[in-house]
Amino acid sequence: MASVVFYFQVHQPYRLRRYGVFDSEPYYFDEARNEEICRKVATKCYLPTNRLMLDLIDRYKGDFRVTYCVTGTIIEQMRAYIPEAMDSFIALANSGCTEFIAETYHHSLAFLYNREEFIEQTRIHQDMTEEVFGQRPRVFRNTELTYNNDVAKTVEQMGFEAILTEGADHVLGYRSPNFIYRPPNCPDLKMLLKNYRLSDDIAFRFGNRQWPEWPMTAEKFTNWVDQINGNGYVCNLFMDYETFGEHQWADTGIFDFMRALPEKILATGKNDFLTVSEAIQRYPCVGEVDIPHMISWADTERDLSAWLGNSMQANALHDVYALADAVLSSGDEQLIADWRKLQTSDHFYYMCTKWFADGDVHKYFNPYESPYDAYINYMNILDSVRNRAARPPT
Amino acid sequence: MRVFMLGWEFPPHISGGLGTACYGLTKGLDELGVGVCFVLPQAVPPEATSHVSLRTPAHVPADAMDEASAESIAVGHIFENVDLRPVAAVLQPYATPATYKESIKRLIAQKRRSSEEGGKPEQVEALEGALQEPIPRGPLATGAGLHYDGDLMAQVYRYARLALEIARAESFDVIHAHDWMTYPAGLAVAAATHKPLVVHVHSTEFDRSGDNVNTQVYEIERTGMHGADRVVCVSYLTRSIVTSRYGVPADRIEVVYNAVELPAADALPMKPIRHDEKIVLFLGRITMQKGPEYFLMAAKKVIAKYSKVRFIVAGSGDMIAPCVELTASLKLGSHVTFTGFLRGGDVDRVFRMADLYVMPSVSEPFGIAPLEALSHNVPVIISRQSGVSEVLTHVLKVDFWDTDEMANKILAVLRHPPLQKTLRDAGQIELKKLSWRDSAAQLKHLYADLTVQA
Repeated sequence: MASVVFYFQVHQPYRLRRYGVFDSEPYYFDEARNEEICRKVATKCYLPTNRLMLDLIDRYKGDFRVTYCVTGTIIEQMRAYIPEAMDSFIALANSGCTEFIAETYHHSLAFLYNREEFIEQTRIHQDMTEEVFGQRPRVFRNTELTYNNDVAKTVEQMGFEAILTEGADHVLGYRSPNFIYRPPNCPDLKMLLKNYRLSDDIAFRFGNRQWPEWPMTAEKFTNWVDQINGNGYVCNLFMDYETFGEHQWADTGIFDFMRALPEKILATGKNDFLTVSEAIQRYPCVGEVDIPHMISWADTERDLSAWLGNSMQANALHDVYALADAVLSSGDEQLIADWRKLQTSDHFYYMCTKWFADGDVHKYFNPYESPYDAYINYMNILDSVRNRAARPPT
Repeated sequence: MRVFMLGWEFPPHISGGLGTACYGLTKGLDELGVGVCFVLPQAVPPEATSHVSLRTPAHVPADAMDEASAESIAVGHIFENVDLRPVAAVLQPYATPATYKESIKRLIAQKRRSSEEGGKPEQVEALEGALQEPIPRGPLATGAGLHYDGDLMAQVYRYARLALEIARAESFDVIHAHDWMTYPAGLAVAAATHKPLVVHVHSTEFDRSGDNVNTQVYEIERTGMHGADRVVCVSYLTRSIVTSRYGVPADRIEVVYNAVELPAADALPMKPIRHDEKIVLFLGRITMQKGPEYFLMAAKKVIAKYSKVRFIVAGSGDMIAPCVELTASLKLGSHVTFTGFLRGGDVDRVFRMADLYVMPSVSEPFGIAPLEALSHNVPVIISRQSGVSEVLTHVLKVDFWDTDEMANKILAVLRHPPLQKTLRDAGQIELKKLSWRDSAAQLKHLYADLTVQA
């Protein structure tokens, strides 16, 4: 038996407005643009994909199961701009075939800079998920699957039962991502590792006509999944939800592929679908994976360099967390909320200079003309936050 | 392959990017085994130019009108460094008016025939012009002809006349003329020799003068571009001007970017001992085209937020007086320093002192200076209205008129050392992608194309 474990990441940041050094008003977010982007993503991805998932859940009567992680920042924006998208996620939660897992509410890198803040943001996200989707998350994934042994230990102590991360070659070596593992010294925590080959076949390569496997069909993909039988328990397909309709446009056939996949997978009679919690309950741990250094699911490096790869990123991250005490002790709810929105990892991703000149995926998702503009804008806003934190509100 | 190259300036006697570009391109061509005979309208010292055979009209001796003797003299000098005579000796009048007139008549008659056989009419016309232009006395102007006063036009045609004399004693495969002052010469030499002509547009009259163009200059540019077999532009920005304003078909234009010579590793300057002021540098001609007033207006806004800063305006030009007045009226006197025109070592020195270089050009066909700043490890802000912004990504870009944004970016660089560091680090890597040799290789390819066709 090989179980397909789909986990979809649903996230949008609060994009910042253009904020010059001469600006001082405490309004940092580009509401018009955020609404426009959320509407676009909802129309192209969330609404049609949720409808498809609900159809599949309906059709296969409990045999099609998926896992979601929905950040606080996208929940807030859906509530404000597109309640119908929010409703469709709630319908998925009510289907009984979905699991919702936890991360930092603000999709932040708080773990690297402020452990208390990390725990607090995770707790807020758990509370929100329980309130909105009616289930308290028992599985954790850190922003962009950033992970090391310390993250594991911390979330084990918080009571989580499992954690997700990248099945990077350089940490797995000869071992396969298709088993359940355990972090060192964490008897109560299991880990699920992303099968990045099969995940990226869907998330990145699906519509690429230069890919030798193009066009990928549900039959072909089922075949690859089926090969895990005898060599593993799970096929962990972790990806951004925006894969459907946004990264892979509808005309690539991504929706048709997804619609056809469950039938093919289930028809083998040897494979099924599970949520992450179901997978760790069904299958035993086969060993320990030791990951002392930070890894992530980003780029070919699978490290932190997309968010912490140059001096600007290091400086911006350092400075935003340096304000923690001043902001948190101000008692100013609005200021705390703004400060937390500024921790969203996307802001630092926009400052990435790797490959910038070549114009690739980093550029495609970047609202700024250059990483330098992203940094300058961010630092100007941070000045304003710093000033507000220094002066109690009148 | 040998190129008959017509230029107006060459280091160290330069007033802008043209001389630097001519130096870099000829050096690159030399490395690729392409011979260059470079014709320059004034005597220049021979140092640092060993890769080019420099020909100045100083090499046209009094009896040059005698074709046979001109040839023998020229051949004797081709592969040697330039042995220059004093400039004053250049302008000997042609010895025997009779032989001169004879040769004019012969050539014109010949050209009319070839024109009827399909030669380019612009070339024949330029040749007639060059031959019939009365030759004025007095020394040729030095450096680029940036002011159209005096007898610049006469000098342009005299340069053509003298270049033609040198050409008759040289052997070459292709003619390459840099900027409008040398276009008439290029056309005339092309007509006289049947060799393909490349004109190289380093700037256009619209860049230099906005919409108040000098129609005489425009006409020379237009004629040169249409009379040439191929037009080289320094950027796509310039290419678009050449197609839209001069009507040159896009398929006859090639874009060849400029580059910069990297200083030797050990010559990379250490940061000098610092006093407590940061230095923001403007370096270029103080003209409408370069946007110095936007630099000053941004400076005013910067100082409101950050006072330990000095703005250096280095260069000379016709906007110097208005800029000094603007500085006074903005009450910027204690924060702005005008240095006047800087050369060689002083340019190096001022780059070494600078924390930031700003190029606020209103219209900049390319803009080599930002590359020079980067090569001195100085971060740069460039105007989006520049050709160089097509090749640089690891720089800050602004619209020249947006002085709020310019001040915003200047302040960011001054206040945030990590921004300076990232710009420096990434800028160094980016700079390595630009080399004169690559630009020269593009030219070599172009020459090969043209000579095969011919």
